[in-house]
Amino acid sequence: MPHAHPKTSVAERVFDANEALAQSNREKFDHAGTFAINLMSSPGAGKTTILERTFERLNGELRFGVLEGDVQTTLDADRLERFHIPITQVNTDPGFGGECHLDANMVRYGLRDLPLHEIDTLIIENVGNLVCPAEFTVGEDRRVMVFSVTEGEDKPLKYPLMFRSVDLILINKVDLLPHLEFDLALLKRNVEIVHPDVEVILMSARTGEGVEEWCSWLLAQRTALVS
Amino acid sequence: MCCDTESTNCVQGIPLMHELGIAASVVEIVCRHAEGRRVTRIELKIGQLRQIIPATLAFNFELVAQGTVAEGAELDLESIPALGLCAGCGTETELHAFPFQCAQCGCFDLRIVAGEELQVESIECCEESDNAPRPSENVCC
Repeated sequence: MPHAHPKTSVAERVFDANEALAQSNREKFDHAGTFAINLMSSPGAGKTTILERTFERLNGELRFGVLEGDVQTTLDADRLERFHIPITQVNTDPGFGGECHLDANMVRYGLRDLPLHEIDTLIIENVGNLVCPAEFTVGEDRRVMVFSVTEGEDKPLKYPLMFRSVDLILINKVDLLPHLEFDLALLKRNVEIVHPDVEVILMSARTGEGVEEWCSWLLAQRTALVS
Repeated sequence: MCCDTESTNCVQGIPLMHELGIAASVVEIVCRHAEGRRVTRIELKIGQLRQIIPATLAFNFELVAQGTVAEGAELDLESIPALGLCAGCGTETELHAFPFQCAQCGCFDLRIVAGEELQVESIECCEESDNAPRPSENVCC
């Protein structure tokens, strides 16, 4: 049957609204001289432990701030409290269930509670999830993913959008490798297939392996952006 | 509070999950362009590199379109194949699997030129809006 109703052209991208808000966040970061990292991973990959190691090493040298996204609880924010750095929590749960990612609007809301002019490096700790955070930019300068070796070598092929969207992959929990049947070379091949030449750092937040390399990356990226 | 647009995305008390958030954005865009007219059909382009499940998006669309002028509209989803432009020889290759590789010269240095779309292309509306429900004021994303 022919369409009886006139067609109205729209040609509007679904993510335009998020992009506009991300741009507004980016302008706030630029104005304050803040370097912003969007830190993403599956649940339990070790994001908060990595932040603890990072702050032990660099707090003082850099003036950090943290925007925590969690579906529920303030447990992650509580663990970081001892560093006395500005932390705000955006609980994405308006009832039960909650959001699976931070979007630009949620970050904009969280930024109200942070003294950005006192923060030169802001870590946006996203909700643990390999699918949804990949779709949304929030105004960040760099996108970093934590992947732990307990998750399986096939994950780059199963979640390519996330692996393709990041500037750096921290492969965490490598201290567990002797106890696992995990093929690190296969993981690296799969990463290379979906995102050729992406930077990768092997790390154990528990033993401290790779922490120095990650901190150097952070300092270098920040310096490159500011200068 | 659920529909505080300042704090979180939600529609009619339902927290948004990926396709649900995307469906809510589609409804918002469609309602804005419909200008009060009842929408009968929506053309949506979805690139194959997007992690979107059409059936989930269609189901979520039905859910969030309720009570708006888009309620009951037919959702026409057009899947856009992924295309890579080779930096070496300039050939365009349709991409079906990783790794992305030029079909002509075998080069891996490809720029994605199609397949990442997520766009409301057009809408069709009834001109008579007398019996159409008013757009829900709860749509807020």
